[in-house]
Amino acid sequence: MSLRLTARGLSVGHPGQPVLRGVELDVAPGEVLTVLGPSGCGKSTLLRALAGLLRPTGGELLADGRPLTGPGADRALVFQEDGLLPWRTVRRNVELPLAIAGLKRAERRAPVADWLGRVGLDDHGERLPRELSGGQRQRVQLARALAGAPRAVLMDEPFGALDPQTRAAMQQLLLAVWQKERCTVVFVTHDVDEALLLGDRVAVLSGGTLAALHEVPAPRDPSADRSALRALLLAQYT
Amino acid sequence: MTARRRLLRAAALLGFLGLWQALTAWKVQAWVRFDHLPTVLEVADALKVQLGTAVYWQDLADSLRRISTGFALAALLGVTAGVLTARSRTAADLIGPVLELVRPIPAIALVPVAIMLFPENEQGIVFITCAAAFFPVTVATRHAVRAVPPRWEEAVRTMGGGTGRVLFGVVLPGALPGVVGGLSVGLGVSWICVISAEMVSGQYGVGYRTWSAYTVLDYPGVFVGMATIGLLGWATSGAVELLGRRLTRWLPAPAPAGVRA
Repeated sequence: MSLRLTARGLSVGHPGQPVLRGVELDVAPGEVLTVLGPSGCGKSTLLRALAGLLRPTGGELLADGRPLTGPGADRALVFQEDGLLPWRTVRRNVELPLAIAGLKRAERRAPVADWLGRVGLDDHGERLPRELSGGQRQRVQLARALAGAPRAVLMDEPFGALDPQTRAAMQQLLLAVWQKERCTVVFVTHDVDEALLLGDRVAVLSGGTLAALHEVPAPRDPSADRSALRALLLAQYT
Repeated sequence: MTARRRLLRAAALLGFLGLWQALTAWKVQAWVRFDHLPTVLEVADALKVQLGTAVYWQDLADSLRRISTGFALAALLGVTAGVLTARSRTAADLIGPVLELVRPIPAIALVPVAIMLFPENEQGIVFITCAAAFFPVTVATRHAVRAVPPRWEEAVRTMGGGTGRVLFGVVLPGALPGVVGGLSVGLGVSWICVISAEMVSGQYGVGYRTWSAYTVLDYPGVFVGMATIGLLGWATSGAVELLGRRLTRWLPAPAPAGVRA
């Protein structure tokens, strides 16, 4: 059920001044691709293009081999912060993709309760986003993104605004969720360790082009030694 | 509200009335002259008499009906125009210039237009009341819609939400705090204009009654009218504020007094 996402010679931005130039990427179904790069390298632009929110100015974007025509429920987007609708309670945020899909109120209740439980927020359903901590809000975003059963999840530095401890907990939560769902994940970060911890492959973006693409040895195996790739990434990244 | 604040507010009102009573009862003349103005007690007596008449309540009902019709229309049209001009470049190009051209004209200057346009006075007054509130609501809505963070809309669109969902599920609730501000301002202008229009062209209504009291030199009657307008305006804007606060409870609470530096 997971989605294959393909970029062929993808350029995005103003024709004279593209943010992304000639990006070639093929994200296999069920793969976790982490995208690494400094601010302004075009990471967020790549993600928005994959989400269908930005139209390519050159090349093409494919989902399962078919051209992407716009945003859709098959590709969920998770933002760094403030992605929740502040006037909706936690529960009503999480049920949003289900409501949009046309599920009746009674049909939404069970999956929403399930997702709130899986992200550890069972008793926070009636709170407003502003009453939660930053980490809790990202848990809600994760639950909301996955409640709609998307085939791919696009994450834009989702843990970038969190303190190191919360961040580590969220990474473990994401891995636990992904182990069950096995949806395709494109995860943008500027943290080399995070990219190595989560990804099957790491793409390095630099100045709007794809600078390198690395396979992660023994992906998500906590005992694996990735120091060689880490050193290489740190060198390429800076 | 704390007891202390209630007390302060009541004391401020009583102080204002006391000052007025003192100035008028002693007929103070110091460049401005208070000797012709009715005292608070005279006005209170006149009010007591008027409260017992059917005409007073008829006037009140007339004015309230005019303002609620005009204001409701203005809210509907203003929010629509504001959303359209903020969200669609074509709409902004089509109705923007006309709006900007008509906006500086005071609504009360539309009285001749209203008289020519509408078969009855009643509709003309509602039209003027509506025109008065329309622009503050439109402008506030336009700004508020433009200020809605794009990621809320992006989130909903990536969940498969269409135009209707974005409009009613993101744009309108997201812009609501700004719209409430526009409604508040609009209601104030509406009161000014409904009273003025009644004075110029009305039959019945608080404005009409106030002006006709003046023409027969019934000064306490004039002040009864003014006090009525003040109370009605206060009550209705309080209702709008309350409704606004109810609907925007999700906004961050303001820092409690004393915490701010």
